[in-house]
Amino acid sequence: MKRPERLWLALAAAALVVLPWYGLEDTVDAVLALRPEAMPALGQAAFGGCFWLLPLLLAPALAGWGVARGRPRLLVAGGVIGIAWLALEGLAIIHRGWGWDFLSVLGPAPTQPALGWGALLFALSCAMLVAIGLARLGRCRGDVFVVAAILLTGLSILLFIGLPLLSVLASAVRDDAGHTDVSQFLHKLTDGSIWGFGCLHGGGACGSAWNSLAMALLVGVTSTALGLAFALVAVRTRVRMKSLLGLLSILPVITPPFVIGLALIILFGHAGMATVFLADHFDIPRSRWIYGLPGIAIAQTLAFTPIAYLVMAGVLQAVSPSMEEAAQTLRAGPWRTFRTVTWPLIRPGIANAFLIGFIESMADFGNPLMLGGNYTVLSTDIFFAVVGATHDQGRAAVLAIVLLVFTLSAFMAQRLWQEGRSFTSVSGKGDAGLHPPLPGGLKALCAAAVLPWIVLTVVVYGIILGGGFVVDFGRDNSLTLKYFLTAFSIEHGVGGWFLSGSAWSSFITTLELALVAMPFTAGLGLLTAWLLARQDFAGKGLFEFGTMMSFAIPGTVIGIAYILAFNVPPLELTGTGIILVLAFVFRNMPVGIRAGLASLSQLDRSLDEASLTLGARSFRTVRLVVLPIIRPAVITAMVYAFVRAVTAVSAVIFLTTAQYQLATVYIVGRADVGEDGMALVYSAALIVVMVAALGIIVLLVGRQRIGRRGLAAGNMGVGVA
Amino acid sequence: MNRLAVEFQGVSKLYGQAAAVDDVSFTIEPGTLVTLLGPSGCGKTTTLRLLAGLEPASRGRILIGGRDVTALSAAERNVSMVFQSYALFPHMNVRENACYGLRAGGMRRAEAEAVAREKLRQVGLAGFEERLPGQLSGGQQQRVAVARAIVLEPEVLLFDEPLSNLDAKLRRHVRDEIRALQQTLKLTVVYVTHDQQEALAVSDRVIVMNAGRIAQDGSPRELYEQPVSRFVADFIGDANLMPVTVCGIDDATASVSLGGVTLSLPRRGLADGTAELAVRPQALRLAHGTTGPVLPGHIRKVCYLGSHMEYEVVLDGIAGAFFISDPDVVRPLVEGDAAGILVDAAAVALVPPE
Ligand SMILES: Nc1ncnc2c1ncn2[C@@H]1O[C@H](COP(=O)(O)OP(=O)(O)O)[C@@H](O)[C@H]1O
Ligand SMILES: [Mg+2]
Repeated sequence: MKRPERLWLALAAAALVVLPWYGLEDTVDAVLALRPEAMPALGQAAFGGCFWLLPLLLAPALAGWGVARGRPRLLVAGGVIGIAWLALEGLAIIHRGWGWDFLSVLGPAPTQPALGWGALLFALSCAMLVAIGLARLGRCRGDVFVVAAILLTGLSILLFIGLPLLSVLASAVRDDAGHTDVSQFLHKLTDGSIWGFGCLHGGGACGSAWNSLAMALLVGVTSTALGLAFALVAVRTRVRMKSLLGLLSILPVITPPFVIGLALIILFGHAGMATVFLADHFDIPRSRWIYGLPGIAIAQTLAFTPIAYLVMAGVLQAVSPSMEEAAQTLRAGPWRTFRTVTWPLIRPGIANAFLIGFIESMADFGNPLMLGGNYTVLSTDIFFAVVGATHDQGRAAVLAIVLLVFTLSAFMAQRLWQEGRSFTSVSGKGDAGLHPPLPGGLKALCAAAVLPWIVLTVVVYGIILGGGFVVDFGRDNSLTLKYFLTAFSIEHGVGGWFLSGSAWSSFITTLELALVAMPFTAGLGLLTAWLLARQDFAGKGLFEFGTMMSFAIPGTVIGIAYILAFNVPPLELTGTGIILVLAFVFRNMPVGIRAGLASLSQLDRSLDEASLTLGARSFRTVRLVVLPIIRPAVITAMVYAFVRAVTAVSAVIFLTTAQYQLATVYIVGRADVGEDGMALVYSAALIVVMVAALGIIVLLVGRQRIGRRGLAAGNMGVGVA
Repeated sequence: MNRLAVEFQGVSKLYGQAAAVDDVSFTIEPGTLVTLLGPSGCGKTTTLRLLAGLEPASRGRILIGGRDVTALSAAERNVSMVFQSYALFPHMNVRENACYGLRAGGMRRAEAEAVAREKLRQVGLAGFEERLPGQLSGGQQQRVAVARAIVLEPEVLLFDEPLSNLDAKLRRHVRDEIRALQQTLKLTVVYVTHDQQEALAVSDRVIVMNAGRIAQDGSPRELYEQPVSRFVADFIGDANLMPVTVCGIDDATASVSLGGVTLSLPRRGLADGTAELAVRPQALRLAHGTTGPVLPGHIRKVCYLGSHMEYEVVLDGIAGAFFISDPDVVRPLVEGDAAGILVDAAAVALVPPE
């Protein structure tokens, strides 16, 4: 496309005169029924009295003038005015009158519904006009693709991460009537239910912030310790369990987070299998110990140890054997070598694994929901503040802020920690050599930690996969297809075959939305990674900060932020499928960023540069050189985007509706009313679907390996100055 | 019409506060091979990347073929580059790699393939079209990179240390090939290397760089015979450097005295006072009993190198030592022997003091 500005100019104009300006859903019906809000902006201004839409015409007018005269400055001006006015009038005039109180001096308020497809296309075209104008002015060396990519990802991050978080802040300082009330905010912020110390001096419970913190610290420690033990066994002993550990390490990715909690209840609950067994045979009285901190901690440790294992295994492998061999030749025994060389070298990795466990635990929603009992934590408190009897959005917002501050600080700490301590022992030179054997005592210790864990994991997954096929696990173990059929039956009725099972609707909705979100999640993430890794531009620091925020935001916070931000015009999305897709995309975008950054850092920059010097612009370079080479990362990002969308619960539990019911939310509901069999059979079905999805990556990526032989050659000999 | 192929006007490149390239100006005639030479980290690669458009210049102007390209991106400049790592696209075969630039420029596939095939033939790679880069040897990969760059018939062709990934035997061969190709196709080439011998061998002109600045710019002979600074003399041809006093000057020559021997040398604008003497190894011979003005000294170190001996000789009465090679391996001198040195004034140059 030689002259993209003409295309986008035409689209901007079309957005104003052709597409319906208001309303995102049932657009086709609305147009066919000639409903007033389905008129385009120009029609709204002419016949609907929406005179405030008229200035939007300035945008295509200015830009058109700029195109005709070859003056890129006018393109930029037109685009900026278009977007700015769209935002301004959209926020100033909302569905119930003036959006800002001070505007009431202007007289009685007009109203307008939420923005629709026309407005969306208009905003996009304006952004593109700005990008083209800036590129023509020489920004980013005149590369339209780069400017547009920066602008569009930046704007979308601002709109779907920045704005929601701002709404959380705003609603935290507002009272129910919508007036700013800082004293009430402070009151809520310092509330005893968040910061109380009741549990320490007897009687009463501690605040949820302390509970969350204690839990996160505990889980950080246990999962790191277990992960380290696993990694030591896997990497430093001759025990053949790498493939078993590899399998276990993908389990948490494909397991809906609360299912482990559910399995633990079936095992150790008041009427659980193990509880009953112990009571019957050893007279150990039944108790509810599993509900509360112990249960949550066990469930989360089960869930997050594999992540810690992956981190620690990587770190242990990165320790150059020659370091340890050097220590041995200096007469250090196994213990001394481990203590003085290995341990100091892996310490930063341990801190890293701990912080990851800490953040995951803080953000986890499903397990506390299942096992919390009276032990309140921030993530579930937010949920109950919204859906509970009190329905206090202000409180939910305050809790979300507290939770966000915790996770964000931990995340920042982890980043600083990682940056300050690179592993100097990874030299890139040939690191031949053998790691020394583990000291005997340490080996025994690791084995003692690992074996019970494996047993527990196997039992838990046995329950998850098999529990849906017996009548009542532990009490009546006769096999049954009852639950499976209730959930997934297909019947032949009057109209032919139909899906009569109760789970089908949510199952299909989940797969549909996850599939829709998948390319956007991966695309946005990879594009962001490419910008971060390969482009320098003004404001990159800010851009990086924005993307990094997305790594640290707990799902519950995203959920509450989305209902607060997108509940009312100008962007009214709640109740639509769009908001679920958006939540998936921006919650899981880090998956794509990580995959992209990891593989771009392996890809020699001179390949991009070679393409540029051969006359290919960056878009062509990305399409022909970068994407084909990082294809494994693309596939990985896609599949993980899909899998994480399917297993998501915290971000979407606020956002689902009867029309858009999701699998995880449905399962939580079943478990909540005690239909464990249904919950388990459904979870097992999800796990099977996701194993299939992962199998597809392994197949595709595995095949890709063959073609990668040449990559090493392309990378060869880099690094000589 | 003889426009300059390349012109740098006061170009600087700053990374933060540090200048990787500092106020560099030079010009390059069309059809010549110019080398950027200097120690590692002196800014050669950066200069090359500025020329390619891979880095924006912080200051100054860059002209290619008389056109100001300072603001243009790499894709818009008519230059091609052969990367140190070759940067062959690993997922494309040799033919696709070679066609890449033409296809990016919008040429039709069949036409592009015909051109690429011809260039591949020129670099001696006919028959390798369907191989992937990973299935080629280092030297062949290098030729693919060259072919890929020259299919575009760029105004300027850039090489960044093209021989550094080749083994010593192959280096010489490939070096000569590059020079031959440049001369048959009349290419304008900018060539980066840190190896002075390589630079002298292939270049029409050499630009010596030091710490981001140009130390000297001239033909190989000028650099070797008339270094303008101690740095250049030292970097090119391993001169023995020795402080001397200029004891008399006239229009064209300056007299310096070295351990009792007076040498009359081209003055090169020097004034009375101290200067530096750059003495090439081949300017020195052991006297072996001949008469005439010899510098007296003693052998400090002896090294047997098969074809010849190498001696380190300390001069009597002057602080300083020379390395001297001597063809007589049958009757070598030993440490402590007295030795007279003959100096051939033709291979000695005066260099201004630092
Ligand atoms: N991207 C960069 N950021 C900061 N400093 C750089 C960068 N690239 C090069 N430099 C510095 O600029 C100087 C010149 O580098 P370079 O041109 O690669 O040298 P060489 O002559 O060895 O090719 C070096 O000191 C190097 O450290
Ligand atoms: Mg270099």
